[in-house]
Formats: sequence, C-alpha cells, structure tokens
Amino acid sequence: MSTATTGQGPSLQKALASQPTRRAFGAGRLADSLFKLTTLVFALIVAGLVVVIIIEMAMNSQLSFSKFGFDFITRSIWDPVHEEFGALPFIYGTAVSSLIALFISVPVSIGIAIYLSEHAPRGLATPIAFLVQLLAAIPSVVYGLWGIFVLAPLLRNQIYPALQKTLGFLPIFQGNINGLGLLTAGIILSIMVVPIVTAVTTDVMRAVPASQREAALALGATKWEATLIILQNARSGITGAVILGLGRAVGETMAVTMVIGNRPEISASLFDPSFTIASAIANEFSEATTEIYRHALVELGLILFVITFIINATARLLVYAVTRGQGKVAHA
Amino acid sequence: MKHLTRSARALAALVALSLFTLLLAGCDAKGPDGSSEIRMQGAGATFPNPIYQKWFSEYNKANPGVKFDYQSIGSGGGIKQISEKTVDFGGSDAPMKDEDLGKVQGQILHIPTVLGAVVLTYNIPGLTADLKFSPDAIAGIFLGKIKKWNDPAIASTNEGVTLPANDITVVHRSDGSGTTYVFTDYLSKVSPEWKNGPGTGPSPSWPVGLGAKGNEGVTGQVKQSPNSIGYVELIYAEQNKLPAAAIKNAAGEWVKPSLDSTSAAAAGAAIPDDLRVSITNAPGAGAYPISSFTYLLVYKDQADQAKGKALVDFLWWATHDGEKMAKDMSYAPLPAEVVKKAEEKIKSITHQGKPLRS
Repeated sequence: MSTATTGQGPSLQKALASQPTRRAFGAGRLADSLFKLTTLVFALIVAGLVVVIIIEMAMNSQLSFSKFGFDFITRSIWDPVHEEFGALPFIYGTAVSSLIALFISVPVSIGIAIYLSEHAPRGLATPIAFLVQLLAAIPSVVYGLWGIFVLAPLLRNQIYPALQKTLGFLPIFQGNINGLGLLTAGIILSIMVVPIVTAVTTDVMRAVPASQREAALALGATKWEATLIILQNARSGITGAVILGLGRAVGETMAVTMVIGNRPEISASLFDPSFTIASAIANEFSEATTEIYRHALVELGLILFVITFIINATARLLVYAVTRGQGKVAHA
Repeated sequence: MKHLTRSARALAALVALSLFTLLLAGCDAKGPDGSSEIRMQGAGATFPNPIYQKWFSEYNKANPGVKFDYQSIGSGGGIKQISEKTVDFGGSDAPMKDEDLGKVQGQILHIPTVLGAVVLTYNIPGLTADLKFSPDAIAGIFLGKIKKWNDPAIASTNEGVTLPANDITVVHRSDGSGTTYVFTDYLSKVSPEWKNGPGTGPSPSWPVGLGAKGNEGVTGQVKQSPNSIGYVELIYAEQNKLPAAAIKNAAGEWVKPSLDSTSAAAAGAAIPDDLRVSITNAPGAGAYPISSFTYLLVYKDQADQAKGKALVDFLWWATHDGEKMAKDMSYAPLPAEVVKKAEEKIKSITHQGKPLRS
C-alpha cells in the first residue's frame, strides 16, 4: 500500500497544484481504505483485549466467588493459610489512601493551575509547567524509596508527633506512630497525583473563552474575582481532572506498597498500617500456591478493574459535559 | 503533499518493521530445532536464583550444547508450572504437599540443591551486643504477646544487656515468600499457639507488625525504625552485615546463623527417602534451627530422551561440582549424606522406564 501512495508522487503533486486537496486524497482511495482497515484492526485488537481480560479475570476468580459470593466485598479477614478471604480492608485502604491524596493534592494543583493560566509570565509558566510534569516521569519505585528513607523518618520523628500533639483528640491521629501507614501512603500519592491534576486543570482553565475573563474585568472585577468566574466556568472540567488523579492514585502499586505498611486491617488511625488492592496483588501473587488463594487475588483485581472503570467513565462524562458547556458559552 | 508521503513512508517502515520482527521471531523459534542445542526451561523459587544462574552459566561453559533458563517467579509459580508441565523443571523452597503431588500426572521428584536459613535481625539504638532469643521469645514477639524489649522472656536470656522499655516494632515480609514459609514453619513447631493461630504459609495472617516487600524492604524498614525486629534470609544478612540473633536450638545450644550451622541442621535431621522434609528446629549439635532445603522439582519419567539426559547430567553436576561454588555465594552446601540420597533420586530418573544415568 505504501508503494501505491509513493508511486502516485508526481501526479499527486500536479493534482495538488491545480486542484483542491479533495482530489488528491481521492487518488489514493485504495491506500485509504487499506489504511482505514488497518487502523480498525488495531482498534479492535485493543478493545477485544479489554473484553478478554474481563472474561479471563471472571473465570479465574470463580472459586473464590462461589465460596464467598458477594460477602467477599464485606468480609475483613485475609488469611491465606486457612483460606479465608475478604476484600474489605483492601478496598478501605485503597479508598482512604486515594482520598488523602486528593485532599492534599487538589488544592495545590488548582493553585498551580491558577498561577500558570492566569498570572504567570510566559517565561516562568513554561519552566514551572515543565518541572511539574517532570514529577510524573519519576518511576514510582523511586518515590517509594524516597518515602522509606526520607519521608517516613521525617514524618515519624517530627511531623506526626506534632500532629498528634495538636490534633490528637481526633481518633484518626491517635495510636502508635511508626512512620509507615495510610497517611504516609496518601502523602506519597498526593505528590504523584499533582502533575496530572495540574496539567488537566491548566488546560481546562485556558479553554475558558477569553471573552469571559475580559467581560469580568470590564465590569470592574478584580483579578481575583475574574479568576473565580473562570474557575466556576471550568468547574466540571476540574472535577474531571480530579477524577483522573483519583484513577492514578487508586491503581498505584509500588510506591504505595513500600510505605503503607501492608497490613490488611481497618483501623481508625491514619498512622496505622493498611493495604491497597493493587499492592496486595503485587505482593502476594507470586507465592499464591493454592487455587482458591489465586482466585481470591484475581477477584481483588476484578474489583479494582470495576472501580477504575467507574472512575474513568465518570471522568469521561464530566469532561464531555464541560466541553459541551464551553461550546454553549462561546456561542452565547 | 510532503506530509502525505512522509506518513506513507512511515507506515511502510512500520509494516516492514513488523514483518521483520515476525521473521526474526520465526527464525528464533526454528533455531534450536535446526541446531543440536538443547534448551531447558525452568521456573520457581527466587531464593536460589543467584546460584542457579551461576550454575547454568558455568555448566554451559563446560557443556556448550545445553542451555538452561530459569525464571525466578517464586515457589508458588514454580510448583504451578511444573505441575502443568509448562517447564522442564521447577524450583521451590518448600516441598510440595501430598495433595498437590496427587493432582499431578506423573511422579515429581524433589532434588535438594542448597540450604538456606532465616535470620532474626533487629535495631535497638545504642545496643552493640548480640542478642539471644529463646523459641518462646520469638513466638511471643511475632504473636504480639511480648510488646516491650525489656520483657522478662527476652531479658532472661540476655543477662548483662540493658534492654530499653520501648515498644517492639515487628517487621515481616508483605510479599508471599519462601523465607516466610520457613520462618512460620519454625514458629509452628516451637509454639502450639502459632500453629493453631496464624499457621505455616508463605503469607500468613500476621497478628502484629508492618509488612515490607522483599528482604531489602524488611532490612530497610528495620534499619529505619528504632526498636524494630524483622527476619531476612541468611545470605542477605551476611552480605549486608546485619546484626543477627543467636537462637536456642532443639538440643538446647545457642547457635548463631552461619553457613556451617545451616549445613549442620541438614546433617542432624532425619531425612526421608523422598527428601521432602522440613529441617526447622532440627535436632543435632550446632544446628541452626530456622534452616531449610531448596529443591529442584523434576519428573521421574522424562518424556524427551535428550532433554531428560541433559537434566540428569546437570543435576548430577550441580549436586557434586556445583556444591563447591555454594559457599562463595553464601549458600550452605548439602552435607555428604544428603548428597548420597540425592544421587539415588537422580539415578532413578528414567525415560520410558530406562534409567538415564546409572
């Protein structure tokens, strides 16, 4: 098919010179349809792969599903030796660590995005945006190592004791401090989530039509008030950004497993160790010797799959909503 | 226009590249059949992986026609793959259970290769003396019943050492591991409460403690947390010069973990003919109590004569010449009486009923 296109070279050039581009493309119709077919095959392969993965996972979690049923989601016991499995501590750990990550990273990210899109001079915006993006390029195992050797001791010796002293009346800040646990995992995750939320939020804010900004300023709004209006316009897009960040946090494995303490237990204190779905699978799969153990781990994977699917679908819907909303605003 | 041609070229290049890759892959698949090279595939335990890789490379130098590959995916994966016959040999730290062996078509033999041990390491700020632990103290700490370092169960065996009144931070492996299997196997033998509670397995439900990934994770955690205790493989402790506790063995002696005391555990234990045995808490003088064999798993009857012969020859070489390399790589070699038993097993491997080595 490539030779067909290049063979058309000279005549194509002529056609281009004399005729609108439409005919030039028409000349390579065979190549075009072949190309279309090829890309279709690629698309189908990937879509098919997702379906195959779901079927495979459902089949490979049968044993644990038939033994525990939907109780699997609500049981909090995880005892491979006695073949008793339940996913609740892992779901809890995944949810809470991700929420902590969002709680910390979202205000920071929106702050960065406001600065980048509204205030920063171009000479500064580009390098800052670049550095923030660089955070996304650091391998998660490096975050994990940094977490063990730098962050955890710092938190254990300085920050957590201070937190306990001032806010210790809250049950979430009580108990034994050992540096590893839910809160530490949430903090590491928040750093990993920042670049994603920042990038999408900056884009969404820049997508708000300049007329909005100008109108606000023309009506006598201060720069801060104009920013508020833009934020309001971009709010569903920002929600989409947050949910994309959530997706990242939920699926993170290596960095989390290195700092979360890996203990399948639900406890009130954020200082206590916990476990997430992704890190449980990564940790235990290689030595899952019994059939039902393996099936329970695959079922955990299936639960994670469903969670990420819901998160992604929500993000899509919200981003769709914001782009449609912007169309309307622009027309109005 | 230029753009169009360029993308067309790019596409052509892509197609050519994929064709080329396919071609290469095809060649690769044909290669070994065309030549006389024998390729043996194995998978399993991660603990012996370094010495296996060394053995395979040394063996290949002496016997260029045979090439061994080993994927260190964990004992569980090794047992699964050899049971499904997707590999020529498996590796496992724990012997296979009767029920698992019963499910397999054909008979699987356990050939011990080297020995490993599990070391208790700890971090108490300001403490330089080596600690001694009784089995009760170890079980108590890991059951969460002994909470402070100055508990009488620890203090009584460490006279003259000032132990702090601080809480003990227990660190265990979070990933399923043969090391954990051996350690919990030991705990089950010395503590009925452990046996009836968490039990023996590669990833039990721990009553207390933090989970860390891998030997390096446990080590990092113990080094970072004051007043902590954890367990790691002997090799790892030796290479990183970690403090290691002496443990009271079944004969009542205090034994420090070392290659010699690990080999002594194998020498003192009663070894059954099928070689499937746990040697934790072994009797025998000088035996370090948390020791274990690691095994290669092979079928007694080999389907392919050339491959079977290659495997048998390698096993023989490994249990004889290979053992000499063990100590340099911080593995405890098999004692002579175990090598004798392994020889019998290797000789019993057959192809269509005919022994491959006599």
